[in-house]
Order: sequence, then C-alpha cells, then structure tokens
Amino acid sequence: MWRRVALSVLTLFVVSIVVFSATQVLPGNAAYAVLGHSATPQAVQALEKQMGLDRPAVKQYWSWFSGLFEGHLGKSLVNGESVASLIGPRLENSAFLVAVAGLVGTLLGVLLGLWAALRRDKPVDHVLSVTLLALTSLPEFVVGIVLVLVFAAVLFHLLPAVSVISPGQAPWQALKLLILPAATLVVVTVPYLFRMVRAATIEALESEYVEMARLNGLSPFRVLVRHALPNAIAPTVQVIGLNFLYLAGGIVVVEFVFAYPGIGQGLVDAVSDRDIPMIQFSVLALAAFYVFMNIVTDVISLVATPRRLFR
Amino acid sequence: MSSRGGKAYSVRRREWLHTVLGALKTPRGASGAVMTLAVVGIAAFGPLFAPHGGTELLGAPFQKPDSNLPLGGDELGRDVLSRVLDGGWELLLVAAAGTALGIVLGTAAGVAAAYLRGVADAVIMRVVDVLLAFPQLVFVLLLVSVIGPKTWLLVIAVGLSHAPQVARVLRSAALDVSERDYVKAVEILGVRPARVMRQEVVPSLITPLMVETGLRMTYSIIVLAGLSFVGFGLQPPSPNWGLMINENRIGLTQNYWPVLAPALLVALLTVGLNTLTDAIARVALGVDRAERVIASEALGLEPTAASDVA
Repeated sequence: MWRRVALSVLTLFVVSIVVFSATQVLPGNAAYAVLGHSATPQAVQALEKQMGLDRPAVKQYWSWFSGLFEGHLGKSLVNGESVASLIGPRLENSAFLVAVAGLVGTLLGVLLGLWAALRRDKPVDHVLSVTLLALTSLPEFVVGIVLVLVFAAVLFHLLPAVSVISPGQAPWQALKLLILPAATLVVVTVPYLFRMVRAATIEALESEYVEMARLNGLSPFRVLVRHALPNAIAPTVQVIGLNFLYLAGGIVVVEFVFAYPGIGQGLVDAVSDRDIPMIQFSVLALAAFYVFMNIVTDVISLVATPRRLFR
Repeated sequence: MSSRGGKAYSVRRREWLHTVLGALKTPRGASGAVMTLAVVGIAAFGPLFAPHGGTELLGAPFQKPDSNLPLGGDELGRDVLSRVLDGGWELLLVAAAGTALGIVLGTAAGVAAAYLRGVADAVIMRVVDVLLAFPQLVFVLLLVSVIGPKTWLLVIAVGLSHAPQVARVLRSAALDVSERDYVKAVEILGVRPARVMRQEVVPSLITPLMVETGLRMTYSIIVLAGLSFVGFGLQPPSPNWGLMINENRIGLTQNYWPVLAPALLVALLTVGLNTLTDAIARVALGVDRAERVIASEALGLEPTAASDVA
C-alpha cells in the first residue's frame, strides 16, 4: 500500500518534469513562442530574463518546482497577475462542477445498472442497455452542443446557453448556470458506469456462492443484500473513481462549450495565449488530481473486496 | 496479474476473420458497421460531390437553407453542405495515423514488458504510469501548446496519448501467451527474443489488438474533433467538423445546420465505431466479459484489475 503511495509521489514528480520540459525547455525558444516570430530581439531578451530562460534548464526547473511548495506559482504572461490568484477561483468552480456531475452521474449510473441487472433480459433491461449503448462514446462537445440546441437556443429557451459565473460569485449561487454543463458530463459518463455496475452485479448474482445461498432457502432480498451486492461493490467503486478521473479531462471541453470559468477553460485560454506559467500549473493540477484519485480508488476498492479481507 | 484475462482474449490463429464476420452477423455489429461506413463514405467521397468550393463566399452569414445552399450558409456565408462534405477526410486520416502509431508503440512496449520481464518491464511500466497521469486531451493540448497545431505533431501527440493504455492491455494479454508451450519451444531452439515476440507472441494477441484498435480509433476521433473544436486541431480555412461546430455556434438561432450537421456526423461515427467494436468483443470474449472489458477499458482501468477483484 505505502509502496503505491510512494510510487504515485514519484510519478507526480516525473509528471512535473514532463510538464516543464514540454512547455519551457524542449521546443527551441519559449520566448519566441510567446511573442511570435516577428518579435524584436530586445523584447525576446527581456522576456527570456523574466521567465528565467537564460539560465540552465535544470536550474530553471528547480526554481519553478521549489516555488510550487512555497506558493510562488509564477505570474501570468498575459496580465502579470499571479497564477495562484487566477487559478484559485477556477479550481473552486471546476471542483464544484466535477462534484455535482460526479455525484449525480454515479447515483444514476449505479441505480440504473442495478435495476437492469435485477431485471436481466426483461424489457427494462433491453431498453436501458440499448439506449445507453447508443449514448456511449459520444464526444462531450457534441452532447453539450445538442443540449444547447434543445434547451437553450432552438427548441426551448429554458436554460442559459453559456454559464458565465462572474468573478467573486460562488458556483453554488448560480445553480441554473450549472445545469447544462453538469448534464453534459452526466450523459457522457453514465453509460460506462451503467454497464460496469450491471455486469458486476450479474456476475455476482450468477456466482456459486449466491446460488448456494439461494438453494439454502434464503429470501431473494437477503441473497441480494448479504451475498451478491458486497461482491459487486469493489468493481463499482473502481468505476466510480475512474469516473471522477475521467471528469478531470472531460471538463476541459465542456467548460469551453459553456464558457464556464473553471480550470479546463483556463487551460484552453492559456494555450491560445501561450501563457506558459498558466499552462504549466493547470496541467499539473489536473494530473495531480488524477494521481490522487487513483490512489483513493485503489484503497477503497481494496478495502471493499470481501475476499481480500479474509486473506 | 491473473491469467484469466489472457486466456479469454486468445483465439486460435487466423480466426480473427471469423470473429469479425461473426460480429457483422449480429444486429449490433451490423448496425455499427453501417453507421461507420456511412460516415467514412461521406468523408472519403464527399469532396467529389461538393456543389461549391468549401471556402467560397456565396451568401449572407447564417443564411437559411434555400435551393442554392441546401443547408444554408455558415458564419461567413459559405455553403454548409460543401463544407460538411469536405470536412471529414482530414480528420479521419489524422485519426487513423495517430491510432496506428499508438497501437504500434503500445504493442511494442507492452509485449516487450511482458516478455522480457525484470528491469525492462519495470522501466516500461513506470513510463506508462507517468503518461497515464495526464487526461488524454490535456496531454495532447500540452504537446501542441508551444509548437502549435501542426498536422505531424497532432499525429504524434494522439499516438503518444494512446500508447500507455494500449501497452497496459497488451502487456497483460502477452504475459499469458509468453508462458505457452509453443513459445517456450521456440525459445529452446535458440530463437532471438525480438523474433519470438514478433512471430509467436504478437500473432496470438490478435483479439485484444482488434478491440484496442476499434476503441482507440473512437477516442482518436473524439480527441481530434474536440481539439479542433477548442481551436487547436486542424486549422482554418479548410473545413473540418470539429471547428465548424465551434465557428458557427453563435448563429445557432439563425441557421443551426452548420452546427447540427457536423455534430451528427461525428456522433454517428463514434457511436458506430464503438458499437462495432463492442460487437467484435462480444463475439471474441463472450457477452459478459466483453461488457466488463469495454467499460473498464473505456474508463482507463487496468485491464486485469476488474476481473481480479470480482
């Protein structure tokens, strides 16, 4: 267990090197990338100095990396504000969106999956399975755009097409703005959750110990709750964790669709402005979330596996 | 690692064709193939039938459909139908190239890790762990952030973003194959490791390779179209579905076709490919295992973990 945590910390460290190299060290001259190729030599030199590009790569990396721990994340190249003050509110907005979409999606996916598994090969199961299969692997932006088309722009005018939260406003004060982005993420993630929960439950229901419990004359409810479900928990927990992991990447496009001021939209803006310090920290934050969620998922599914408890 | 994952995957040689044909006979496989082929057909042959040039200014911005412009005009008054017909082939080519690169890299890494074991395995899997810490689109964005969206870079970025997940899947499948008698037999004859891997191990992995290729192609399209949508994929003025959707969003209330048509095509393509892959996995692995493999794969789960825990 601790080995895994140590490995994850190591992974994050290497991730930070990759992020830094990809943006600042590798591709020729980052200053030119920021200013464009028509920049005057003086301007390039000034920016190189500001970004510390005139120092050796290892030194640049080290001052950036140690800065992360002291809270010095650098300054945005676009408006000179500190990266921390720009990203803080965005992180908050994104976290809220991910939490809402993740909770609603998980609940919906697990309940639908259980329902279909218990009614296996009945009409409900078929309708759910086929509908969700058709929704599987739809790109986020397609789902988002279609929702906008239906609910905001063309058919109905029920909800706002963009979710611009004004600075200083907390996302939970504007729940109406959150509906479409969250719904998009839910539509994209529920099919996978549904399939996994359904398959895991069916597998548990068909196992020999459940058959045995049934033959022993236990009531169907007791069989389900005491014998089948505990064994479907671990795979389900894993998928729930993975679902949150997926959301870390999924928010990038969805936030862009709705102009929702989170870290994903911030990353897209930063890439188009070539705002390197912002890119570095946004990517690192997303990767850190990813690695952290991985550990949490592993631990919970380990704890939730009945078989492993008896080893 | 359980050996169950590997065994369920393996098919006797040259049976992959039977698997595909068998999948096409199921309703799922047939509908997936029809959807996929329809969109691929439009992307490949569409440019031949485009009534106008994709960049010609022909009408008013967001003009409603009429006899001259059957799907109306886009933000600059260009013919939406022509742009839709012309906007898919580049996306598909780059996606195919990126997928191929990812499959080749991932297979090489995964098979080498499984077959060589020891230090090579440890090193390869640590690299995989690092690359997997990035959400796929974020990884591609990171790579194009400084150099800019060049086509060759998009192919490399998409390929690299697939490679770690492919490596994981193929490693766990190859672990089992490497232990089989016929592989051991050639080893005793003194055949070099690279040759054993190429001629004995990889051919036995055809089923996971098929399923992987289908899934990866779907994600390539999602990532590339998404990247174009946020403005860092294939560049204007040449038409492309992802970009069209974003460019014309502001005119949604005047003419929704320049948004709806490319969105429907992308959706039909990804859903079709996914359904077809699903059908192939069901034929090759059995219905219940396929469900688990695809769902866990799609979410990026370590392939054996799901069956391990259950």
